[in-house]
Amino acid sequence: MNIPEDLRYTKSHEWARDAGAYVEVGISDFAQHQLSDVTYVDLPEIGRHVNAGEEVAVVESIKAASDIYAPVSGVVAEVNPALSEKPEAVNSDPYGEGWMLRITPDAGGGEFNKLLSAGEYAGICEAGH
Amino acid sequence: MRTPLYDEHVRLGARIVDFSGWEMPVVYGGIIEEHRFTREHCSLFDTCHMGKFEIRGRAAQADLERILTQPLAALAPGRGAYGYILNEKGGVLDDQICFRRSADCFWLIVNAGTTPSNEEWVRSRLSPESVLVDLSLRYAKFDVQGPKARESMDRAFGAAMPDMKYFHLREVDLLGTSCMVSRTGYTGEFGYELFTPIDSCADFWRRLLAGGGARPAGLGARDTLRVEMGYPLYGHELGPGRTPAGIGGARFMNMDKDFTGRDAVRSELERGGFNVLAGLRLEGRASARNGDRVVMDGVPVGEVTSGLFAPSLGVAVAMAYVAPSAAAPGARLGIDVRGRLLPAKVVGLPFHKSGTCRRKENET
Repeated sequence: MNIPEDLRYTKSHEWARDAGAYVEVGISDFAQHQLSDVTYVDLPEIGRHVNAGEEVAVVESIKAASDIYAPVSGVVAEVNPALSEKPEAVNSDPYGEGWMLRITPDAGGGEFNKLLSAGEYAGICEAGH
Repeated sequence: MRTPLYDEHVRLGARIVDFSGWEMPVVYGGIIEEHRFTREHCSLFDTCHMGKFEIRGRAAQADLERILTQPLAALAPGRGAYGYILNEKGGVLDDQICFRRSADCFWLIVNAGTTPSNEEWVRSRLSPESVLVDLSLRYAKFDVQGPKARESMDRAFGAAMPDMKYFHLREVDLLGTSCMVSRTGYTGEFGYELFTPIDSCADFWRRLLAGGGARPAGLGARDTLRVEMGYPLYGHELGPGRTPAGIGGARFMNMDKDFTGRDAVRSELERGGFNVLAGLRLEGRASARNGDRVVMDGVPVGEVTSGLFAPSLGVAVAMAYVAPSAAAPGARLGIDVRGRLLPAKVVGLPFHKSGTCRRKENET
């Protein structure tokens, strides 16, 4: 299982990348494997404000629809337009082409630094959650 | 519970899920990939968990005529027919295929989750001279499905499969072992359901993968394949709360014989007004799911029973029970998915029109 060291994670299997101006969000390799074939990603409106832990997107697989939660509070700045045509990128490249959205974090949040490290997240995956 | 092929699934890297108490493979690699391979080549599906019974005796036919909805009197040895098991109110206890082996011997194949209740239901309705035997103690069963199924069988077992017509069952000698093979399946493609002795089933399975060019497919692809064909699934389109009238009226039922539930179905058919099963084609990839509300001009008209992204069509499809006024092909409906109305159009079933299941053998 691929858990890049330079990302942060949530217990609900989102990853977050600190890109300075925004935080990029997707789902982990573990999550995409659990879902199997992703067939559609329901992405939020740009400009919507979300709180950390709030439902921000829905990822549909053949079997089910699963909520994606915002790892940090902020405003949705961008969504990945390529996923409408190629949702399977979430399976094939969950940390790259399969990114879902970019959030401009609220000022003074500090939430990013409270997210799980790769090591902590690996522990959660191994426990089978 | 585990099927005799469980170790094969684990070795092949399958993801295992619980299905009616059985630890079953849901996917080996990718569901869409397995779906496509089945439509174009040949896949193996472990179906050992399904119930399989032999009912024999001089009264077997008369007993089964009362328990099952399909006509059995005209069924020649080696032929099978699809039908239902209904309760007195016409509610569906299961769907099944019944094959006649000989004048006084029948095979009954039922769903996995309903196997224990079916066994009890059938056994308690048999005449004293009829005998019910659980074939699961003797046979493993897996499905060999896809346009290349015959070539896969021929290559895997080094012998030519006999020509078989759709819904026929026969004994075939494979690897020096007597097996039973039916020309049936749940994918819409040409193929077989293969009954092998339990002890050697893994050998048959492996040979089909190694020499036969087949690949394993899990319950995920089994579901996408059956939905594209508009095949009902117990627990979704079928259940005790509804008669089969909404699926093609009296289809798969011989209304001229006295079977349990007949009178209830007949009065429902006469009364009319019941919701009917419709195929809904959505416009994009976003899927409706079991339980989603269907509306027409803002008015609720029914409910989705199965919905998913159809790999062969490239859009989402759904099956739904809707009011007769909303069921005409071409009708524009909406499905409430997470509070948003997705547009859908009623289309004739099956969604996937080019399935090879009825292919004649000499056309291969």
